[in-house]
Amino acid sequence: MADWTLFEVFVRSKHGLNHKHVGSVHAADAEMAIENARELYTRRSEGVSIWVVPSTAITATASDEKEALFDPADDKVYRHASFYELPDEVGHM
Amino acid sequence: MYAQMVETGSKGVRDLESMSDQERAFQERVDADIKIEAKNWMPEAYRKTLIRQISQHAHSEIVGMLPEGNWVTRAPSLKRKLQLMAKIQDEAGHGLYLYSAMETLGADRDEEVQKMHEGKAKYSSIFNYPTLNWADMGTIGWLVDGAAIVNQVPLQRTSYGPYARAMIRVCKEESFHQRQGYEILLHMMTHGNEAQKAMVQDSINRFWWPVLMMFGPSDANSPNSAQSMAWKIKRHSNDELRQRFIDQTIPQLQILGCTVPDPDLKYNEETGHWEFGDIEWSEFYEVLKGNGPCNKERVAQRKKAIDEGAWVREAAVAYAKKKQQRNAA
Repeated sequence: MADWTLFEVFVRSKHGLNHKHVGSVHAADAEMAIENARELYTRRSEGVSIWVVPSTAITATASDEKEALFDPADDKVYRHASFYELPDEVGHM
Repeated sequence: MYAQMVETGSKGVRDLESMSDQERAFQERVDADIKIEAKNWMPEAYRKTLIRQISQHAHSEIVGMLPEGNWVTRAPSLKRKLQLMAKIQDEAGHGLYLYSAMETLGADRDEEVQKMHEGKAKYSSIFNYPTLNWADMGTIGWLVDGAAIVNQVPLQRTSYGPYARAMIRVCKEESFHQRQGYEILLHMMTHGNEAQKAMVQDSINRFWWPVLMMFGPSDANSPNSAQSMAWKIKRHSNDELRQRFIDQTIPQLQILGCTVPDPDLKYNEETGHWEFGDIEWSEFYEVLKGNGPCNKERVAQRKKAIDEGAWVREAAVAYAKKKQQRNAA
């Protein structure tokens, strides 16, 4: 198994929804990864479409970058609809 | 419990003051129920303990296929055969979810499997007992998977994200296992002849005590529990989970019209719990040491599967390379 590739598996659970990461599989190539993922993650109609991506192809944010990357969004409340107070007679907007 | 007596390497839980800044930040995160993810800093002992626990759990799922595989060709009908195969395939799946979770901690799957084959890593003691009659397929689903559910439901909230997520998937599927097992027994008890009913009782008699041992030694003899609880990789004590299991199982036993081989079993009106007799712990420790009825056979069968499957894995790689070259040309 050492010379097999680790693939991350993404499953679209229903038409209209986006693919979601569900786990990983080892396989000799992408085609086999799809077959293995089908057996492992969709035995009970959990999906209508599968993506597999070699784990090494994923670039992720580092955990020590969390504050630098995501904190700036915390003090920008004006980006949310609920920030704007409108009189009741305007109704739903 | 599928993971028994997991060594933490800790001699006692340290308080926050005696920890380094990094350790304290980690522990506070755990205390606040914020999941630890693969890329977060974690104490080396936490990582190692989790690798031990998750690999033991995964090995249990994989070895757990063997006692059931024994009955695939002997299932009493095509319906039962299909159900049994579906259950066994689920166990393989559970093993794979767990191995994947373990790999996120930097462990190598081949190495961890090798440790099990060398007797350095354990799997649940329960799978070292033989499956002697068809009712054992029912008893395993009902009692063994039932005990596993009691253990695994709280692990859905365990501190390590990938482990918790694997547990959520596993728990969803286990309830099918338990219901199909109980239905096998119920069918034998309501539609079976005397010999078939006797088979059910015989099966429960053989499995009852080993199933109670699945939860691990009593709290007084469970030196690693305190650290595992502080890390939230264990959420309830062994005795607490065992009691919960017994309380929910005895009413189901009564509906079957069967008994368990424990003369001391009685309901305590005041506490609302079932009291039970002493567990023969020397048997548990012998099985863990490798001296159960089937230890040698189980490990030999797993090794054989890996060795004899080598050509399939090699052929898959050769085929993948050939396809790649053909596509490049």
